[in-house]
Amino acid sequence: MAAPPSTIEQRLPSQPDGATEIIVFENVSIAFDEKKVLEGISFRLNKGETKAIFGVAGSGKSTILKLTLGLLKPDEGHIYVLGEDVTQMRENDLFDLRRKIGMVFQESALFDSLTVRENVAFRLLEEGNIPEEEVEKRVREALSFVELEGTMDKFPSELSGGMRRRVAIARAIITQPEILLYDSPTGGLDPVTSTTIIQLIVKQRDVYKTSSLLVTHRLQDAFTMATHYFDLKANEMRPLPPGARGEIPMGFLILHDCKVIFDGNAHELAQSKDEYIREYIS
Amino acid sequence: MELISPTEFVRDIVQTIEDYSLLAGQSVANLFRHPRYFADMLQQADLIGVGSLPIVVLTGFFTGAVLALNSSTTLQRFGSLSLLGQLVSVGMVRELGPVLTGLMVAGRNSSGMASELGSMVVTEQIDAMRALGTDPTKKLITPRVVSTVFMLFFLTIISDLLGMVGGGAVARGLLGINSHQYWSTAWQILTFQDVFMGLVKPLLFGFIISTVGCYYGISARGGTQGVGRATTQAVVASSVFILLVDFFVTKLLMAVFGYQ
Repeated sequence: MAAPPSTIEQRLPSQPDGATEIIVFENVSIAFDEKKVLEGISFRLNKGETKAIFGVAGSGKSTILKLTLGLLKPDEGHIYVLGEDVTQMRENDLFDLRRKIGMVFQESALFDSLTVRENVAFRLLEEGNIPEEEVEKRVREALSFVELEGTMDKFPSELSGGMRRRVAIARAIITQPEILLYDSPTGGLDPVTSTTIIQLIVKQRDVYKTSSLLVTHRLQDAFTMATHYFDLKANEMRPLPPGARGEIPMGFLILHDCKVIFDGNAHELAQSKDEYIREYIS
Repeated sequence: MELISPTEFVRDIVQTIEDYSLLAGQSVANLFRHPRYFADMLQQADLIGVGSLPIVVLTGFFTGAVLALNSSTTLQRFGSLSLLGQLVSVGMVRELGPVLTGLMVAGRNSSGMASELGSMVVTEQIDAMRALGTDPTKKLITPRVVSTVFMLFFLTIISDLLGMVGGGAVARGLLGINSHQYWSTAWQILTFQDVFMGLVKPLLFGFIISTVGCYYGISARGGTQGVGRATTQAVVASSVFILLVDFFVTKLLMAVFGYQ
């Protein structure tokens, strides 16, 4: 693991000037059974940035993540991920791209017939040319990141909901992907476990500088992420010192009526005059 | 119950046939693409082949026994009880062995594949596998198809043999036919064409069982109820498909071999 940063400047991942765009949505539309879910949505995710996506249930938040991975194809528009247009790629070519992306599913989606060790090691074992000792070492590292080293030989059904989410995070980060996609990682969890999960996401953002999209309907989670940084020395999440706000590469995207109605930072969100947004964040 | 228009009904059927054909084709094409999952093939061969052995042994033995028992009264009427061995061996090898083994394995494994893959679909495990960069058709479907085709071939041979043993047990124990006579007539009547016909069928049936089971599993929708529906549909479709293909393959091979 990286050496603990000492100053606030080092602790906070800086937004690079002229940042590289990691994910670009251009006029993307998709409908299911003739019911429009997304209509002409466009946004960008810069390198190192985390963007929280909000919207009421059924507003297409999870669909955005599945479109990013190429698990769904849009009816219209283009989606560029790491410079490649996933809407034009064949399924076989997408598998190579997906290896650079980690995803944490809403209900964890762990393989229930495999142990925690096998679940976390899945990607490494699929690559096939990594020595067993290396696999074991990296599984231990990933599980220690989510503080679940003791569950290696357990099956997912033996774990609590919060533990399953943490194993899913370990599985997603084991290859240190360039992008992480979180689908409601705190949904249905108690406040204490939710804070643990948010702390892990902040740790991943600040320690490994991974670009990520976070789908959630818990506004407080995203505000916590926008106002806290991970202190590696203390191994915990801490509030930003006064005046440091805005240095966190954290964006907010709000969906309403199949469209993006807000795309900006926490400060802009708090200042928004839009009636729906005011009601949403109140 | 929701009523659907005839056009939509036909469109659904055509769509199902198209999707099934694509999946079946892809399962074969994957054999020529990397990676190949030999460990998964072995695991499936154990589950499908070794796991099905008890039902295949019992089905084969009692089918042969009841075939001998039922045929004996007719043969006795014509004073041809000595032909019992021939009747049992031809019946088992050409028809009953492959079909009954296929139906038993369809009942056990087609449903198993549909429920396993269906559960993986509804719990997003299939999407998770795709998201992790692994092709589910290579990892899950092709190993099941290869293992079912391979193991059904040998299960059918075992079933044929056990059927003849069952027939022999009835012939010796209940009808008082000399064992040597039973086995020598049973053996002598079998021609290359009979054996060929009996061994081509399990290859086709194995392919049907696995691809139909996987197709219904992978296209399951609607939670646990959807998985239950997929399981039932897989057994019904694969059983009917087996019987249909059996008829046409028998007709085709009879024409090829010049049977009258």
